Amino acid sequence: MAVEDVAYAYGRRQALDRVSFTIPPGRFAVLLGLNGAGKSTLFQLVTRLFATRQGTIRIFGHNVLQEAGAALRRLGVVFQARTLDLDLTVRQNLAYHAALHGIGRSHAKARAAEVLERVDLARRVSERARNLSGGQMRRLEIARALLHQPSLILLDEPTVGLDIAARADILAHVRDLVARDGVAVLWATHLVDEIAKDDQVLVLHQGRLLADGRLDALLATTGAVDAEGAFRRLIKRPGAAP
Amino acid sequence: MSRETLKREAGFPLSAYLICLQGIVGRELLRFLHQRERFVAALVRPLVWLFIFAAGFRQVLGVSIIPPYSVYVLYEVYITPGLIAMIQLFNGMQSSMSMVYDRETGSMRTLLVSPLPRWFLLSSKLWAGTLVSVVQAYAFLAIAWFWGIEPPLWGYLAVLPALFLSGLMLGALGMLLSSLVRQLENFAGVMNFLIFPMFFASSALYPLWRVRESSPLLFRICELNPFTYAVELIRFALYLRIEPVALAVVSGCTVLFMVGAVLAYDPARGFLARQHDAGGHP
Repeated sequence: MAVEDVAYAYGRRQALDRVSFTIPPGRFAVLLGLNGAGKSTLFQLVTRLFATRQGTIRIFGHNVLQEAGAALRRLGVVFQARTLDLDLTVRQNLAYHAALHGIGRSHAKARAAEVLERVDLARRVSERARNLSGGQMRRLEIARALLHQPSLILLDEPTVGLDIAARADILAHVRDLVARDGVAVLWATHLVDEIAKDDQVLVLHQGRLLADGRLDALLATTGAVDAEGAFRRLIKRPGAAP
Repeated sequence: MSRETLKREAGFPLSAYLICLQGIVGRELLRFLHQRERFVAALVRPLVWLFIFAAGFRQVLGVSIIPPYSVYVLYEVYITPGLIAMIQLFNGMQSSMSMVYDRETGSMRTLLVSPLPRWFLLSSKLWAGTLVSVVQAYAFLAIAWFWGIEPPLWGYLAVLPALFLSGLMLGALGMLLSSLVRQLENFAGVMNFLIFPMFFASSALYPLWRVRESSPLLFRICELNPFTYAVELIRFALYLRIEPVALAVVSGCTVLFMVGAVLAYDPARGFLARQHDAGGHP
């Protein structure tokens, strides 16, 4: 994914200010920022929910605005808010998503079995979504995002509201996808403990991209001993815990 | 939509579009089945009008012979097409309310990030909602038959395209409104300001010649009301006739409202982005 010089404003408030970065295939990238940093706005632009007014966003070379179909078919999304249909079963939720991507019934069924196995929900296939726990719902959303075999997955604060075990579980599942399938991931969060040594870290603060690089490079640049310290130094707020 | 845009978006075979349409319609029907109270509520409202209101006003509100009727008809026979259109009006608005709700809760995003063209996704959603309203309309007609409302047998078939067309028009109007409304709470107000004036200022409850006698101004308003034409389209179709003006107005309004809704949900031109501009960030 290539984000080039993207800016977006809500009226007079600048939500994103000339943001540029690229995520190569097979990379786990963490978009780190406080609440209101512009993470969700960036997601809305990448998924074409909002139109980019300045700059361009390309997914595997396809401009999100001009070649929306080609760009979106390679993209899997897990939004911050729950987007499951709670009255439908696990299987029906996946079947609906498959239909939205034009995937035929038999292929969708096979893919659903595969992705549910991946996220340990194969035994809950006939359960209504509302009966799942918060962590299971998130795993189902990840399974849904994987159904059409995307090359890039966006996850907008997917661990918000989950307990420690569920958080670790979700993170492990997604990291496993990167390692095994070579899927690129953009993981938006405000929790520094979700960053690993090899991750590409993008620090977004008040709409501006303050840093883009591996964690060790970030530590070297800021002189901090850990990710939290580096983040505090970058946003020049010593007391602000991300 | 320009030829260039169509060419760029034509990356999917026809089968993908059909699968998508099937999926959206299937989901709407499943939701409908899960919400049985919605089905009952949709039927109770017009049945109350038919059983109580029409029975009470039968003696007061006489209806002379007017097309498409060739004989004097009872008042409940006259208002039946209006009540069918009422079902579709409420269904259209309820579908739109659920779109506002889906937008607020986030599930609308699942639909809008599909790689298929947005106009197609919205049209499919519209067809799905219309199908539900047609099922409700036939259920109402079946109950009304036991109440002595017996249009010609072929009328039940002839009314089907009219029901789809009027359902599409009212659904598209609701969809357009849903794009203009920022919050669910506001939508309830819009419904009160729209549904009741649309219903009462139409030919649903009384023939327009009677309205003209009592108030020329109200008659003009009824003539400008697209709901009037939906009612007349259904009324004539039910009695195996086509009302060309109603057909033209309903078709034209359907296209107009649908184009408006698609533009409103377009990320580049839509009102949604402007709403966020005015009202803060997501």
